[in-house]
Amino acid sequence: MPSPSTTPPDASSPATTSTEVALDLEGLGLDRGAHLLIDRALATVPVGAALAVRGSASDLGLHLATWCRQMGHGFLPAEAGSLATGRIVRGLADERWSDTARAGDSTKPLSMAGHASGHWGLAARGAMVERGGPDFQFTLSERDTVWCDEAPRLYAQAAAAQWDPERAIDWTPPCVAPALDAAIAQILTFLIENENAALLVTARFLAQVHPHFREIMQVLAIQAADEARHCEVFTRRLALTAAGVGRSTVLGQRSLKSLLDEPDFTLASFMLAVMGEGTFLTLLAFIERHAPDPLTRSIMRLVVQDESRHVAFGIAHLRRHLDLDPSQRSRLAMVVRRRADALRNSADLNALVLDALVVLAATDLTPQAIGNGFDSVQALRAEMDANRRTRLGQLGFGTEEAAEISDLHTANFM
Amino acid sequence: MSAHARLVLGAVAYDPKVVTIWEGFQAWFLRKGLDVDVVLYSNYERQVEALMAGHIGVAWNSPLAWVRTRRLAVASGLTAHAVAMRDTDQDLTSLILVRADTPTKTIADLRGRTIATGAIDSPQSTLIPLGLVLRAGLRPGSDVAVKRFDLHVGKHGDHIGGEREAVRALVRGEADAACIIDANHLLFTHERLIGPGAVHVLARTEPYDHCNFTALTANGDSATLARGPLADFRTLLLGMSYADADVRPLLDLEGLKAWRDGRASHYQALEEAVDALAFYDASGRIIARDYQY
Repeated sequence: MPSPSTTPPDASSPATTSTEVALDLEGLGLDRGAHLLIDRALATVPVGAALAVRGSASDLGLHLATWCRQMGHGFLPAEAGSLATGRIVRGLADERWSDTARAGDSTKPLSMAGHASGHWGLAARGAMVERGGPDFQFTLSERDTVWCDEAPRLYAQAAAAQWDPERAIDWTPPCVAPALDAAIAQILTFLIENENAALLVTARFLAQVHPHFREIMQVLAIQAADEARHCEVFTRRLALTAAGVGRSTVLGQRSLKSLLDEPDFTLASFMLAVMGEGTFLTLLAFIERHAPDPLTRSIMRLVVQDESRHVAFGIAHLRRHLDLDPSQRSRLAMVVRRRADALRNSADLNALVLDALVVLAATDLTPQAIGNGFDSVQALRAEMDANRRTRLGQLGFGTEEAAEISDLHTANFM
Repeated sequence: MSAHARLVLGAVAYDPKVVTIWEGFQAWFLRKGLDVDVVLYSNYERQVEALMAGHIGVAWNSPLAWVRTRRLAVASGLTAHAVAMRDTDQDLTSLILVRADTPTKTIADLRGRTIATGAIDSPQSTLIPLGLVLRAGLRPGSDVAVKRFDLHVGKHGDHIGGEREAVRALVRGEADAACIIDANHLLFTHERLIGPGAVHVLARTEPYDHCNFTALTANGDSATLARGPLADFRTLLLGMSYADADVRPLLDLEGLKAWRDGRASHYQALEEAVDALAFYDASGRIIARDYQY
């Protein structure tokens, strides 16, 4: 049946008139927000007590009667000669909030609940949550799995460091020798597919974090936005090459797919942020150092800034995780070994990208220059390895294990 | 349908939400130990006949369906009981609205004019207000023309569309008066279907009751309602609390804060209108012409 409207708790009982509070609505009607004033006034009287209301809005008595019926309040029209329009007897509408609890504690900074209830859903931290709502299934709802104390600081830093590709970069088309142009095109093609992976992995976990851990959600969201911007600037630079979009290899795609397929937040974070983006920092710095044009150099400089934050978050998150449960270290080592095994059959070096990097560092195609370029790339790979070992050391891995794990890292860099 | 349901309840599916409401209540009752099954009907007449035939044990009836059930029951030597109702089913009124710019002051001033109503079987926007017109001395259809908006006939005015169309006709000048239930005055004012000061209330009916859960017993049988599934149903129903988060969304959908004891005392205006407008006869047979459901 449809819901007409009505009378509630014994509106006819004279006992309900014990407490009277006068509310003068003047010319304000229930069609224009009078309920706001009535609700506030009703909140000051106990359930079952009456509130005398008067006003001059058209049809106020009629509207009060039907509104009260719908809200579960009683309504007693005033008798002739009374100054009031009628009396509202407070009903049980507020019982909606009688058995509610807050979604964690928002009174103290960073006082996160150990477990964020699915019932809290999307509510702001500390909000009063009505019972009976949907049960959200956020898979990352344990503080020990997702939290990291550096998140608020890293988010604030990231928010302050956002850059507008249009204004932060001078997009004057560069004039680059054909061989270098082709090398840059291949490198950018490779970088874009890696950024796509970083964006998707981050976005996927972002959607799994319980919003109670707001700062983690914010960090992941801004990281995803960073990756989206990187895709944009790499694509725009690629469009300015004469060679055009380059090639995408099976090795590259297979390696990145293994990242996308990892369902565990901690393991994926380790592979992406520490091993992958950490290695990328060294790579991007190398490209910035050797790029022949100021446009490519400025792009790489800006992207490195963002990626440094991503790596810092990954390390901070994993350090907290490993401090709480040192046995997780062996899981991290295991995932690198497992990934190396999975990629073993296609683990030839990514020749297309390595060759492009050699040409970039060589600056021209003379034998001597190519030899120098080759040496530079060899040095780059050694530097990547050293940096990975340093980061693994920061996570508490011993020297030998760090060396083994670093060595097993994908030839695809990410 | 559950083969072992202890109580089979009938309800009319006037809106898709009816499925949500009754599946929710059914699960709630089961958690409380009462196995209730629900049969949905497309119109109240079929539901009333199913109750009379014993296919269902209790019917969630419109006021008009209550009137027909009561009459059929009396004719069959049975007694119809209003087992329970919503708080929002009690003491409703209907309004006859006119445009503020017309000189109409009384119902009698509507002689020779057109009055817009809801569907032919709507208690609140057709039968009860036209009963009021009759009592004022005007015969609907002859002294005053009736422009009826027959939306969802068979659902006894549960659908708001007929009332909305009646008010539209009034506002457009296609009718001189319109009949609606009181709560829709505020709703239509909110929606600005009724503009500020555009219409005024020409007449308001005495308070009447709306829906109830109807059950039948043999005359003199007091045991059926005192114990057994119907008694359990009523006890559980009246025990539902708006503070209970499990059931509150269903109460919100059904439009109530609390269930009340049913009362058969506030259907007199409708009983009289049903007779005066020849809708059902005294034994509950449908005699209204043009009633196609």
